Amino acid sequence: MAQFLEQFASGLANGAIYACVALALVMIYVSTDHLNFAQGEMAMFSTYISWQLMNWGLSFWVAFAGAVVISFVMGVLIERVILRPLHHAPILSVVVVFIGLLAIFNSMAGAIWSYLIKEYPSPFPKSSFGIAGVIGPHQLGVVLVTLVVLGLLFGFFRFTPLGLAMRAAAQNPQMARLVGVRVDWMLALGWGLAAAVGAVAGIMVAHIVYLDPNMMGGILLYAFASALIGGIGNPAGAVVGGFIVGVLENMVAYTGNQIEKLTGVYIIGNGEKLTVALIIVIFVLTLKPAGLFGRVVVRRV
Amino acid sequence: MASLLEVKALKAFYGTTQSLYEVNFEIPSGGITTLLGANGAGKTTTLRAICNMVRTEGSIRFDGRDIAGMATEEIVRLRIAHVPEGRGTFTSLTVDENLRIAAYTRRDKAAVKAELERVFDYFPRLKERIQQQAGTLSGGEQQMLAIARALMLKPRLMLLDEPSFGLAPLIVLEIFRILKRINEEEKVSILLVEQNAALALDLASHAYVLETGKVVMSGPSSVVKNDENIRKSYLGY
Repeated sequence: MAQFLEQFASGLANGAIYACVALALVMIYVSTDHLNFAQGEMAMFSTYISWQLMNWGLSFWVAFAGAVVISFVMGVLIERVILRPLHHAPILSVVVVFIGLLAIFNSMAGAIWSYLIKEYPSPFPKSSFGIAGVIGPHQLGVVLVTLVVLGLLFGFFRFTPLGLAMRAAAQNPQMARLVGVRVDWMLALGWGLAAAVGAVAGIMVAHIVYLDPNMMGGILLYAFASALIGGIGNPAGAVVGGFIVGVLENMVAYTGNQIEKLTGVYIIGNGEKLTVALIIVIFVLTLKPAGLFGRVVVRRV
Repeated sequence: MASLLEVKALKAFYGTTQSLYEVNFEIPSGGITTLLGANGAGKTTTLRAICNMVRTEGSIRFDGRDIAGMATEEIVRLRIAHVPEGRGTFTSLTVDENLRIAAYTRRDKAAVKAELERVFDYFPRLKERIQQQAGTLSGGEQQMLAIARALMLKPRLMLLDEPSFGLAPLIVLEIFRILKRINEEEKVSILLVEQNAALALDLASHAYVLETGKVVMSGPSSVVKNDENIRKSYLGY
């Protein structure tokens, strides 16, 4: 039972990370219809920035805030400078640019900070945090931080005039222009926010997976799966999807271990977590192609 | 009376297809002007051209200022409100949000609230539906919402694209009555595009008739209405 709870809790912590990256993906998807393949590498780069800031002597949370702000600016600049000229470009051109960004961030991080794996600290005190036997201090911290971030974002979109304008711009850009919304800037803001949320995810996961330029590769896959399972156009769905995938992968490994213990036969274990989780995702999408919370969009042609 | 909007030698293009050839017209300040014509004559395109939603050539002057080539959202911020065909409400947002979005740049919350009350005075039905998603409103209510949202922009000129489209005759009459009130009480000039020529000519003081991207005739509504030839050749009733 204790092992089950632990596995469940660590699944929640991973899920929180997937939820953040999935949300970043969905935020860009709903306003541009594009999946940003570079989202993971952007988050990785942000994490290095926070590491650098800490290396220069700043405390964890100051470096955290600094990296989030820098990432926001970086996201806005990428949209304004690189993607702006591509607003009317065919989708493949945009995809190629995303893949280019992915490669650029990856090799930039390698060039600046080297490909050596670095340890990354956890800001959550071991003694006073977490519940022994149920959830570790870092895991609890990750869940709390991401919930706060998600709550802030929800409040921003739901209750502020700027958030309203961004939702309107995403839903119907042309109509948004007709009520005076500067849609191009809303897109850039969306990129900034996505980069900032990604930064939070990167910084939170770095203690678990260690810091290296390829740290977000697997996580981005999980995040895609989360976004798809929740319905790619639905931000709340992406968050729920993240938690589902996170818990699911750990449950797969846990069940495998239990089977092995009972029967002595190894069927699945930690190594097959990703595979089995993705198989389940494919299965869900076969039955419900729009995702669990997605709406079926009928397009007139 | 000085003209509020002056359009000269306006051409418009969708890609390489030209759909307006030589459109000239003026809208007097404070009046209601209507643009009539058959399907495909270029009425909607003319409205879209004013807001730079299609590629244009020619001159468009609003209140003496050349607005041709300005970004759509900047033109709107000069207080030209465009109610597009098919209404264009944000269907997944609530009625309240649909209205507030038009005032999102304004800091003065009390003024926005007063504005909302004023708009509800014209459209009391929207007040009852304030927390409802716009997509769940009836066609007539959505049209009202679109006009109400345009009003929230405190427009000096309102461009209306077929507000009667797909609505029951009684609702259409109600909306046209409200438009007349808005024109008189808010001093909003109106450019109205309509298929329903008889209705539009009753409301407007001046009419322009478009055919295949050109203005083929214009005059005071009373004259256009009573001219047998125009009616038969262009207005089809």
